[in-house]
Amino acid sequence: MKPFLIFLMLFACLLPGHAQDVKTLLNKVRARIDRVNDYVAEGQMKTDVVFIKAPLGKVKVYFKKPNRFKLKKDGGISVLPKGGVSVNMSTIVNTTDVTAISAGETTISGSKLKVIKLLPLIDDSDIVLSTLYIDADKHLVRKAVTTTKENGTYEVELTYGQYAEYGLPDKVVFSFNTKEYKIPKGITLEFEDGDNPTDREKLKNKKGRVELTYSRYSINQGLSDTFFK
Amino acid sequence: MSILKVEGLTKEFGGIKAVNNLSFAVEPGSVCGFLGQNGAGKSTTIRMLLTLIRPTSGSVEIFGENLFTHRSSILKNIGAVIEKPDVYPYLSGYDNLRLFARLSGIKPANSMIMDKLELVGLSGRAHDKVSIYSQGMKQRLGLAIALIHDPQLIILDEPTNGLDPQGIADIRNLIVYLSRDRNKTILVSSHLLSEVEQMATHVLIIDKGRKLVDGPSASLFDPSETVVEIEAVNTDFARSKLLTSPFAGNLMGDRGNFIILKIHRDNIPLLHRHLVQQGVELIRLQPRHSLEDYFLQVTNDKTDAYTYTG
Amino acid sequence: MLTLIQVELYKIFRRPHTYIAFAAITALIVVIQTGLKLDGEAYADFIMQTIKQSFEFEGQLLNGYLVCYVLLQLLLVHVPLLISLIAADMISGEANLGTIRFLLTKPVSRPGFTLAKFIAASVYTIMLLLWIAFLALVVSVWIFGTDDLFIVKSNYAVQLSENDVLWRYAGAFCFAMLSMLTVTALGFFLSHFASNTIGPIVATMSVIVFFTILSTMSIPIFQKIQPYLFTIHMVNWKEFFDQQVDADNVAIAGSLQNPKKIIKSALVLIFHIAGFVGASVWVFRKKDILS
Repeated sequence: MKPFLIFLMLFACLLPGHAQDVKTLLNKVRARIDRVNDYVAEGQMKTDVVFIKAPLGKVKVYFKKPNRFKLKKDGGISVLPKGGVSVNMSTIVNTTDVTAISAGETTISGSKLKVIKLLPLIDDSDIVLSTLYIDADKHLVRKAVTTTKENGTYEVELTYGQYAEYGLPDKVVFSFNTKEYKIPKGITLEFEDGDNPTDREKLKNKKGRVELTYSRYSINQGLSDTFFK
Repeated sequence: MSILKVEGLTKEFGGIKAVNNLSFAVEPGSVCGFLGQNGAGKSTTIRMLLTLIRPTSGSVEIFGENLFTHRSSILKNIGAVIEKPDVYPYLSGYDNLRLFARLSGIKPANSMIMDKLELVGLSGRAHDKVSIYSQGMKQRLGLAIALIHDPQLIILDEPTNGLDPQGIADIRNLIVYLSRDRNKTILVSSHLLSEVEQMATHVLIIDKGRKLVDGPSASLFDPSETVVEIEAVNTDFARSKLLTSPFAGNLMGDRGNFIILKIHRDNIPLLHRHLVQQGVELIRLQPRHSLEDYFLQVTNDKTDAYTYTG
Repeated sequence: MLTLIQVELYKIFRRPHTYIAFAAITALIVVIQTGLKLDGEAYADFIMQTIKQSFEFEGQLLNGYLVCYVLLQLLLVHVPLLISLIAADMISGEANLGTIRFLLTKPVSRPGFTLAKFIAASVYTIMLLLWIAFLALVVSVWIFGTDDLFIVKSNYAVQLSENDVLWRYAGAFCFAMLSMLTVTALGFFLSHFASNTIGPIVATMSVIVFFTILSTMSIPIFQKIQPYLFTIHMVNWKEFFDQQVDADNVAIAGSLQNPKKIIKSALVLIFHIAGFVGASVWVFRKKDILS
């Protein structure tokens, strides 16, 4: 990882013009996001982890600048990938204490996207590397891949609709890797009942997804700090 | 018509015949004393009469109906106590009585329960838990349970077990009362022969599962004829005095240190006076109960019982 | 028959040792509830440790529904002992006391007597379960509140919506009733073969412990016989707490993952109950009362 980072650093230094473009693009994206001081969003959450059978849940998401974020299920328990969902747009598009490097362009679902890698400058940052896929025309982040020290790599895909002008997505899909799930039957007090081998094989799929589909945002209505307690 | 009629009743346990081809009848209004040594088959017989044990063969008719085909209707008219009258120790005597009354098909009024407890002398302890009753009280409660539904036939297996002399007399009086005044038919087994003698109108003696004797008490033994046992300091001297006395004809023989005579009850004082006048130093002069005597006669080899050596 | 049942119930509920089971259940549940109230988060962390490596939870994980589930998991393994105290004593206890002689000289039919006794023991079992339901569910909900029920199983976890839980508990308790009635029937059947109280109780527990051990062993030779052990079916009340997912892996509210398994197990248990009771009637019909 380290030589790669050094290479990226060098690459960034050697291409000051490119770096300037990247910074500008990021600032534009950031400026859009910064229009939002706070919001409450209502939506639906779907947890798609092969070893969790969870129902669809109504959620409320609370955000307040600079980076306070809270997801509350509207009655019920929400199961969230560690570190993943609490990452909001403001944290994803973090322009301070990072070095941004352009990593070219790519096309996802017919859209041409700029690829920008963000390297944190602070040593104790949990995020090791973020890769943003940005729609340069609309100044919107379409996808972010973040590698963390503690919680592995997760991917966030964002789809925009009527709240695009604030840089707020209608749909967010978090993809993440999970550890293998197996609890001894002695602990769960289960008897041997002959597991289905195909089920067992299916359960080895360690990719998980959490989909948040927002139906409504209330933006900049003023939000009390009590929601984040 | 007999209240109870038993024909060829047999019960085998693992090839051993506990009751062997037993036949007898109990007449209405009688008190039938059911006698036999331990292991003679009394309890097995009584249990068969109450359907606790299924006979290997034979028939039982009670109130003119087959016991095994009319069990319920027959048992409604029978009250019984078998061996120890075990009841629920965590309930009071009153509650036990009410519970068993309900199983007998009646819902007794409070007064009816108290009457029965009064009859057996337990009304003062009606609401005490049975766990603190003495054996005698339990025995009397058992009798009350047997009587609560006013049955025609009462079957009692050792009803005086564990009772003190007063208790024994009370039970005896109760049985006599039930028979004479309430016209109940009673089959009672007991090892206290003197008790049976005082209340039984009929006697049935069995041994090793077989019937030995069966019939009215009066025809089996004469209660006025009594066997007397004499023990003296010098038995030979006493015997020689008796052989030359008017009682010589009454001598039956010796058993151990006892001289055995059979005389009329009225003559016992005369015998006593005669021996004393003849200088016999008496240790004991004891009349035996005639039923006991009879019982020993029929259940043992008579020659073993008394051997006249004089 | 009604009188007989009434008399039997009267005897059961007048007997002091009937209440041992109720007292034991109460003490056990209250102790567990207190422990969970004081230090429940640590317990939840322990149970959830595998899943918490990858996930964060938002909401009241340790709620009344989960506490009830935990209690049932613990209790339904041990309640058979308490049930056998009464069920395995139904006939042998009367023989031991000697009261069976008195009872059977009354005009009651033997099959009627057997059935009345079994029904009375069943009423006791059901009342014990209702008491468990009250303490484990109602009191737990009162103490811990409600939320979704999140259950970790050996191979996966199930999240049941708060409003999708109560009917499952109703089903689970009905199923648990069948399980416990199977124990009642077994104890009752064994109580015909002794004149002492302790023998049939120990025998009943031995059968259940033995079968339970066989049921939990993952040894191939045991796995072959496991489907024939009634103990493996007794725990299938848990199937009420599993649900199906659709093609998008979204749980379908009100669904059961394996309804056939529940029905099959219920039928196996009913078959056992009928078998034990039928055998009891048959044995007792011809039994000589020698005690």
